Amino acid sequence: MSAATDSKSMEVSVWRGDADGGEYRDYTVPAYDNQTVLDVVSWIQQQQDATLTYRFACRVGMCGSCAMTVNGKPRWTCRTHVNKVTRGEKLTIAPLRNLPVIKDLATDMDEFFEKWVKAKGVHEPSTGRHDPMVPVDPASKNRITASEGIECINCAVCYSACDTVAANPDYLGPAALQRAWTLVNDEKNKDANTVLDAVSQSGGCHSCHSHGSCTQYCPVGLNPMKAVAGLKRATAFKFWRKRG
Amino acid sequence: MIQPHRSHSLYVFFLLHRVSGLALALFLPVHFYVLSLAITDPTSLDSFLKLTDIAAVKIAEALLVFLLAMHLFGGLRLMAMEWLPWTDWQKSLAAASLALGLCTACLFLLSVF
Repeated sequence: MSAATDSKSMEVSVWRGDADGGEYRDYTVPAYDNQTVLDVVSWIQQQQDATLTYRFACRVGMCGSCAMTVNGKPRWTCRTHVNKVTRGEKLTIAPLRNLPVIKDLATDMDEFFEKWVKAKGVHEPSTGRHDPMVPVDPASKNRITASEGIECINCAVCYSACDTVAANPDYLGPAALQRAWTLVNDEKNKDANTVLDAVSQSGGCHSCHSHGSCTQYCPVGLNPMKAVAGLKRATAFKFWRKRG
Repeated sequence: MIQPHRSHSLYVFFLLHRVSGLALALFLPVHFYVLSLAITDPTSLDSFLKLTDIAAVKIAEALLVFLLAMHLFGGLRLMAMEWLPWTDWQKSLAAASLALGLCTACLFLLSVF
């Protein structure tokens, strides 16, 4: 099907439904030279169908709440230009894969964040507020490694792209593991070993098959595959040190 | 079917590695059975080995060599990724493992024709 029915409109398929199932519904929307996928979804909701449910907040790629599946690939819709992803074909918008659907394009992110907690992704300070501040060298190897992952916006694009998550619901996923790797390398986190133990369990870093989809689709250009490889190495060395 | 989110090079290399591993797992029992004929039935083995004079069989053997070599080099790449300090050229390393597999198969073809 052609992307544009005339010079100023385009056809869009949007998944409509809930946890019990649903189907794609077609809409004709105005086509502009510069518009994001989120603009299209918002136009449909505001002009054609007020019952369409989706999630967004900042619209500038910071909050991580507007991720959806666009033409089969997970993307942050507020920073995804329609012209750059359709290449002439119809625009198809669906909820993120690997997460339960609440309604239409809004997914339930609970399990995504629960896995962050399960991976010990919560920062545990090594000192209290009354202790003297310990200086951290920004050029140190650990700090540079930790800094590589801190720009994660929790959009779940990597989680949605990951086929290991799809095959193994217990797998913690790239985002939680990258957060764990950040804390392992953060000198101000209390206990790296607790984190390493948490990610060594069943469904942890060793479940990763290194497909690379997380890194391929991360909208802010992070490298969760590198973080997971770092965790695999660190947990294995910890295991052998314990036995030695 | 290759779904859109899988259409990137590292996923294709993952598929090649997995498919070559499965193919080799299926091949090995047959390989060991044929080897066992050297002890149990040498006449049958000799007549079976005559098949390797056929060009199509030589090409099939080259395919097996390609699968084996690619699986070997791809496996080394994965082990390097998980055990050695990270390098940012993972896609290049994956392409190199494929190229080395092809080179090995070509060398095999040169030696049998």
